[in-house]
Amino acid sequence: MTTIRHHLTDDLIMGYSAGTLPEAVNLIIATHVSLCDDCRAAVEAHDALGGAVLDATEAETLDDGCLDATLAMIRAMDAPTPRDIAMPRDAIAPAPLLDYIGGSLEAVKWRPVGMGVKQAILKTSPEATARLLYIPAGTAMPDHGHRGLELTLVLQGAFQDDEGYFARGDIEIADAELHHTPVADISQDCICLAVTDAPLRLKGLARLAQPFLNI
Amino acid sequence: MFGATEPLDTRDATSIAASAINRHVRGNDRDKAKPVSAGTADENAPDWAAVLIRIRDNRDEAAFVALFRHFAPRVKAFLMRSGADAAQAEECVQDVMATVWQKAAQFDPARASAATWIFTIARNRRIDALRKQKRPEPEDLPWGPEAEPDQEDRLGLQQETEHLGEALASLPAKQRDLIEKAYFGDLTHSEIAEATGLPLGTIKSRIRLALQRLRHAMDRK
Repeated sequence: MTTIRHHLTDDLIMGYSAGTLPEAVNLIIATHVSLCDDCRAAVEAHDALGGAVLDATEAETLDDGCLDATLAMIRAMDAPTPRDIAMPRDAIAPAPLLDYIGGSLEAVKWRPVGMGVKQAILKTSPEATARLLYIPAGTAMPDHGHRGLELTLVLQGAFQDDEGYFARGDIEIADAELHHTPVADISQDCICLAVTDAPLRLKGLARLAQPFLNI
Repeated sequence: MFGATEPLDTRDATSIAASAINRHVRGNDRDKAKPVSAGTADENAPDWAAVLIRIRDNRDEAAFVALFRHFAPRVKAFLMRSGADAAQAEECVQDVMATVWQKAAQFDPARASAATWIFTIARNRRIDALRKQKRPEPEDLPWGPEAEPDQEDRLGLQQETEHLGEALASLPAKQRDLIEKAYFGDLTHSEIAEATGLPLGTIKSRIRLALQRLRHAMDRK
């Protein structure tokens, strides 16, 4: 594994573990965790806290017949799901992302948004939006701020902005305070998964095009 | 924007706090599995991980009944605290416990206790039932027959889990209440930010070690 320098924050990890985040945010977290064992361990530690809460919960009485009904269910089940030997299915897109792009990056229907940049919006629940971005090597993205949170995970290539250098597996967490101009690294075209919980705020002319670009 | 759309729960905080410390006597006559850990474990507490492994490896129905009697009433309580009514919760409990049976092969005692693993299944069922969504899960780690965890990893995780339970029980009521609300899905995202930073102990580094061993085991293949 490559070394990942930019990680999830504790509030995102806890929200993911508690199960209270929008689907698009869960998707980018699951994709980052697929690439980052530090954050995977942090998520599983938070799951352990959930387990401790469950264990300490005052038990409710079950209806008569609940156990028998469950035993009937398991007896009627097919053979249990065996554990497969897991192999990465794609060198760029981890498994949770593949489920949202039809199984392959080749299946993505990119739409041009100007300056050679392409995007594809993924189908999730509406509280937050997930999109794949394809940024040609060396291209600068429009200077933009956010009304809400913007999470950007690098899958291929790298980008640089005022906050630092972000390569495969790194996730940038930008809140409403941050105004930035990410520039894709010159060495390779950059593919990112980006999640926003409010429309981006673009400066200048790009703003006019915003409703059409849906970014 | 993130998280609960409903207003913050106004249930009586003292009853919530009381329920947290009112831990039930563990155990079941059917289950004579000895605790693997001789450390701080209650002498009479069954080793639920061992019970789950009997389900996993032997499709042991008696083990399943023992596990059900302990966890199903807690899963029902968890779902009701998360907003399900009694009838919905009863139905979901059956699904959750049947999923435990069906997916037992995925249980890894070096990375999760039985309670933790059952919590994740109950949480996913809640997301599915209340929000009609699937929860994107991380890609599975490389895993092969040789990756069976060693006893030391298992014991270590079990001890860390016990410490975490004790740490949760000994928190001031207000903090414990906040954490419980987070896991019952009662907090907005900004409220969750206030519930973080609580002592998780060293369980994270324990799990990190188990992950490293898994990766090394696969690299050797």
